[in-house]
Amino acid sequence: MSRRLRTGGRRIDRSRPVSFTFDGREMRGFAGDTVASALLANGQLLMGRSFKYHRPRSVVGSGPEEPNALVSIGEGARFEPNQRATVQPLWEGLVARSQNAWPSLDFDIGRVNDYGSKFLPAGFYYKTFIHPRPFWKHVFEPLIRRATGLGAAPTEADRDTYAHRYAYCDTLVVGGGIAGLVAARAAAAAGERVMLVERQELWGGRAPTDGATLDGQPAAEWVRDSVQALGAMENVTMLLRCEGSGVYDHGYVLCTESLTDHLAGKSGPRQRLWRVRAGRVVAATGAIERPLSFAGNDVPGVLLASALRDYVVDYGVSLGERTVIVTNNDDAYRTAKALLAAGLRVPAILDVREGMNSPLVNEVKGMGVRVHAGRGIARVHGDGRVTGVSVCAQSGDGTVLQEIRCDCVAMSGGWSPVVHLWSHCGGKLWWDEARAMFRPDADNPPTGADGKGFVSVIGAASGALSTAEVLTDVADTLGGPAPEVEDIAEGPIRQVWTMPEGAPHKLRAKMWLDYQNDVKVSDIRLAAQEGFESVEHAKRYTTLGMATDQGKLSNINGLAVLADRLDTTIPQVGTTTFRPPYTPVTIGTLAGEARGVAFQPLRRTPVHDWHENHGAHWEPVGQWRRPYCYPRPGESHADAVIREVRNTRERLGLLDASTLGKILVRGPDAGRFLDMLYTNMMSTLKPGRCRYGLMCDENGFLMDDGVVARIDDQTFLCHTTTGGAERIHVWMEDWLQCEWWDWKVHTLNLTEQFAQIAVVGPKARAVLEKLGGMDVSAETLPFMAWTDGTLGGFEARVFRISFSGELSYEIAVPAGQGRALWDALMEAGVEFGAMPYGTEALHVMRAEKGFIMIGDETDGTIIPQDLGLDWAISKKKEDFLGKRGQGRDAFRKPDRWKLVGLETIDGSILEDGAYAIADGTNENGQRRTEGRVTSTYYSPTLDRGIAMGLVARGPDRMGETLRFTQIGGEPVAARIVDPVFFDRDGEKQNV
Amino acid sequence: MLLLTCPNCGLAVEETELAPGGEAHLKRFGPDSTAEQFEEYMFLRDNAKGVHFERWRHAYGCGKWFLAARNTATLEVYGTYPARTTEPPQHIRDEIARRTGA
Amino acid sequence: MSDTTVLAMDPVGLIALRGPLDVLAPAVEAETGCARPAQRLSTAANGMRVMWMSPDELMLICDHAAAPDIAARLTDRLGDAFATVVVVSDARVLFELTGPGAVLALASLMPVDFARLDPAEVRRTRMAQIPAAIWREGAAWRVMCFRSVARYAETLLRGAVPA
Repeated sequence: MSRRLRTGGRRIDRSRPVSFTFDGREMRGFAGDTVASALLANGQLLMGRSFKYHRPRSVVGSGPEEPNALVSIGEGARFEPNQRATVQPLWEGLVARSQNAWPSLDFDIGRVNDYGSKFLPAGFYYKTFIHPRPFWKHVFEPLIRRATGLGAAPTEADRDTYAHRYAYCDTLVVGGGIAGLVAARAAAAAGERVMLVERQELWGGRAPTDGATLDGQPAAEWVRDSVQALGAMENVTMLLRCEGSGVYDHGYVLCTESLTDHLAGKSGPRQRLWRVRAGRVVAATGAIERPLSFAGNDVPGVLLASALRDYVVDYGVSLGERTVIVTNNDDAYRTAKALLAAGLRVPAILDVREGMNSPLVNEVKGMGVRVHAGRGIARVHGDGRVTGVSVCAQSGDGTVLQEIRCDCVAMSGGWSPVVHLWSHCGGKLWWDEARAMFRPDADNPPTGADGKGFVSVIGAASGALSTAEVLTDVADTLGGPAPEVEDIAEGPIRQVWTMPEGAPHKLRAKMWLDYQNDVKVSDIRLAAQEGFESVEHAKRYTTLGMATDQGKLSNINGLAVLADRLDTTIPQVGTTTFRPPYTPVTIGTLAGEARGVAFQPLRRTPVHDWHENHGAHWEPVGQWRRPYCYPRPGESHADAVIREVRNTRERLGLLDASTLGKILVRGPDAGRFLDMLYTNMMSTLKPGRCRYGLMCDENGFLMDDGVVARIDDQTFLCHTTTGGAERIHVWMEDWLQCEWWDWKVHTLNLTEQFAQIAVVGPKARAVLEKLGGMDVSAETLPFMAWTDGTLGGFEARVFRISFSGELSYEIAVPAGQGRALWDALMEAGVEFGAMPYGTEALHVMRAEKGFIMIGDETDGTIIPQDLGLDWAISKKKEDFLGKRGQGRDAFRKPDRWKLVGLETIDGSILEDGAYAIADGTNENGQRRTEGRVTSTYYSPTLDRGIAMGLVARGPDRMGETLRFTQIGGEPVAARIVDPVFFDRDGEKQNV
Repeated sequence: MLLLTCPNCGLAVEETELAPGGEAHLKRFGPDSTAEQFEEYMFLRDNAKGVHFERWRHAYGCGKWFLAARNTATLEVYGTYPARTTEPPQHIRDEIARRTGA
Repeated sequence: MSDTTVLAMDPVGLIALRGPLDVLAPAVEAETGCARPAQRLSTAANGMRVMWMSPDELMLICDHAAAPDIAARLTDRLGDAFATVVVVSDARVLFELTGPGAVLALASLMPVDFARLDPAEVRRTRMAQIPAAIWREGAAWRVMCFRSVARYAETLLRGAVPA
């Protein structure tokens, strides 16, 4: 029975009880408890079921490395699965649930997987589910999905908010143990801007737990004084509950700070992502103890020796009354001391080493503990919890020498430095054979912009083991004075990767390496046997280290087993890649403010609110929202579009064209510049006139189009597509800054300076004349002209241009006047039947006129010649962007797909993107095609389907009938026609 | 995430404020060029593992282009310089030589 | 920090000037009294502010109604020089942040080292997902961004103000 001890627990406050529930049961803990320590205090040893075999599991660790004790925390919109109970602080009213167990944690049906485990070795899925194929999809996958897994996904949107903070410092110290504190003090004393982050709720790391003495003070007091000294310095920022998650290029580090995860009353952001740019990063991230691989090392009650010490000393809880300690090093003896000090019994220490007489060993022996040298565990007894161990010789085959009754096993297989932050950005490691650990290779650090290393690793994270070593290491690495400590010599570690050495398969199949993904020693050996010899392959084949704990406990043990099986060395096998984040980070923290209405910027025109208030159905165009149509009550979108087209063709339509790009190009070389940018000649355009132009990239592909207005001798205003405004401005500046930097041209993107409203239809002139103030007659303002003036009191620029084939004006006013102009036009237009129209009516009308649309008729592989736009390509110009590209042989082939109009024989509407079917099949056995539909609409004007498309030699095949594909239907016959369906002579726009 | 100094405004800014523009010092070949010249200009890139000259635009700042000499393997930055150059300036070449020993 | 406020400001006059700064600066100083700003900095005089935007661009902040006339006079002063003067008052919007949490709010949205920012500096940067410029106006901060994203910017700023 795990229980709360009567005394002890430096992290808990016994005067502040806290209530919480686990699987619906009321429980009590104390402020300062983690969920794990509180569960243990309530006698709840069982905390979860393993992923694959549903084996009962309890804590194996006491920190972020924990693979077993994953629980779901919270409810409803604050539900979060897979939280490590060992780091989740307890708060009043906390609701925790176990996972991956049905119908209950104590009685779990899925446990049958365990009894059948010999049929579920590594690679089982791959092998079994290849044949017969349909079985995978219909039988195995649904079964396995139900039987394996972790917590359930939340069903509600996360109600918490999250924040980001950009921070800058000279030195970022990650880890607030004694190494980190000394490092921070050294850097701060040198006048540097220092950030010090610690993932736990207390400073000091392990030292206070392990009872170190610094400068003659107990560790806790020394830590308190250091923290006070640092806190008084203005150049130091200190954060608790803040984890260094990842190190990236050039000193960029992400830290995740928990703000409300420990609080019952939650207000403000839950977590903060610190986006730190540090001159150098000092990783003082400590080390993690490794498990030993013996049969039954996953039975509840078996845990790391250091973790047990933490539970006893930090939280005042025990996992059992009689603890057998099994170790290959001295450190576990500290656990024996802690247990004895707490009044708990240690019936035996099984030490795989022979003849140890280091001070710690002798001290513990002197306390009356029996130490069995050269011994290990053959197997652990017990199912839901430990009942005893069978002792064997480490060098043997598991022959049982003795049985010892116990209810807890503390194991220590040595320590692995937490080198993640060193390795994230490419720092190399070396294998220290004597210490049995990978350590940072100081000669191969991750390099920064100056080519020098920007990460240092200090203390236990660099492989220092004792307090004295840690402090010497910090002083060597960073300079500055080191506190005085007593140096207690420790005996050497003995490498042990399976226990016992000669364990038969039967035992190896019960030795867990990766607790969370249920990977055992036997699985790694199987992977090696089947040829997955690279560590990266073995990892993927067995899933070792691929669970949410990313193998913090299992990776080194796993690759040691692999090395042994391959008869090679551990450094030869190497490690897998360390990738950020160190522990899982919730998506909300990464998203920060970017959620809900702030998920992405939504661009609004000056008339946006009017559209919204008049029922606009929106179409996203880049980050803009444009009205697609304005359906009236009871009206379908299709019907609204038909009404808008008819009203514009017959009376008066208004379109908010503010999103179109407007780029000012000005300077003595402006004409010469635009001649290079557009395929046609712009320098000959007369002031007061407009010209339609095409822009191509250097490949010759059409990338944008629009109307250019010449303002004066040196000034042009270039209209671009809505999506092209920023891109084309950047494109222009690129050529001016990087290629023709001696040309005297300025460009300014004025898109947002102006609102622009298209006034379209037979009554367009009438409504402008009603507003008054400008002569907009055909004589003064003919088609493709523009003028400045005062229209209805607005300072306006009026362009006589048309994208619909109707009499049309586009009126530009400063954006601040846009809404007022729109209102004035709507009001004045009442008597003419004015209605707004949306982008779909715009598209229908341009298609009726055979005008191309960038993005419909073009897709980045279409040259203007494909679209019959040869008339807009200058033959006189020696050069323009795209001219050389268009001259390539491939573009001269006669069978290129070219633009035509398409009319179905039965008047129906072709499907967008439908292919014209040709005879025969290609080399892949697919039907040959000879064209495709690029735009297709119902034309209200012609009352039939119309389409544009690209067809092989299309313009030469007028009148031919093609068959177009239809999804789920018979091919549709359509005739090749002229793409201009309506008013071929332009009589309507030239009035 | 890279940190580059924009020589146009003197700010060291992070990658999120910049827009990349590919390899620097390409020579444009126009209408009279051969197929080989045009291919070189349009398509052939060094894709060096090591020293690389590249174009960047200070998109969220002054809007100006600049060039960077950078090591694609170590992420070392040898320097940044104005876009109005047809080849790396001498001081950049000296710095690369000094640091790479080449 | 609840006394930190975000205010969407009334429209101001904005004039973009492109050209060699040696040419632009004397004309601007003659028109406004604002001295030539050094790289990334701004200067102020007579209720106006002139900001260094790039090696060949200045921006003048003035009264909204007066902007067209000021721009016309600047154009006259620049004469035949290769320079461009354009009123862009309506293309951008300004916000004012005041109070003790203003810097923290900004530091949650933009990659700017505020401790190293010159008091006269105009920092053009990225605010979450949009371009923005910030500078100090006395004890207050100004944030300028494009007009179309004003609502987004205001949402960001209000959300970033510490409770």
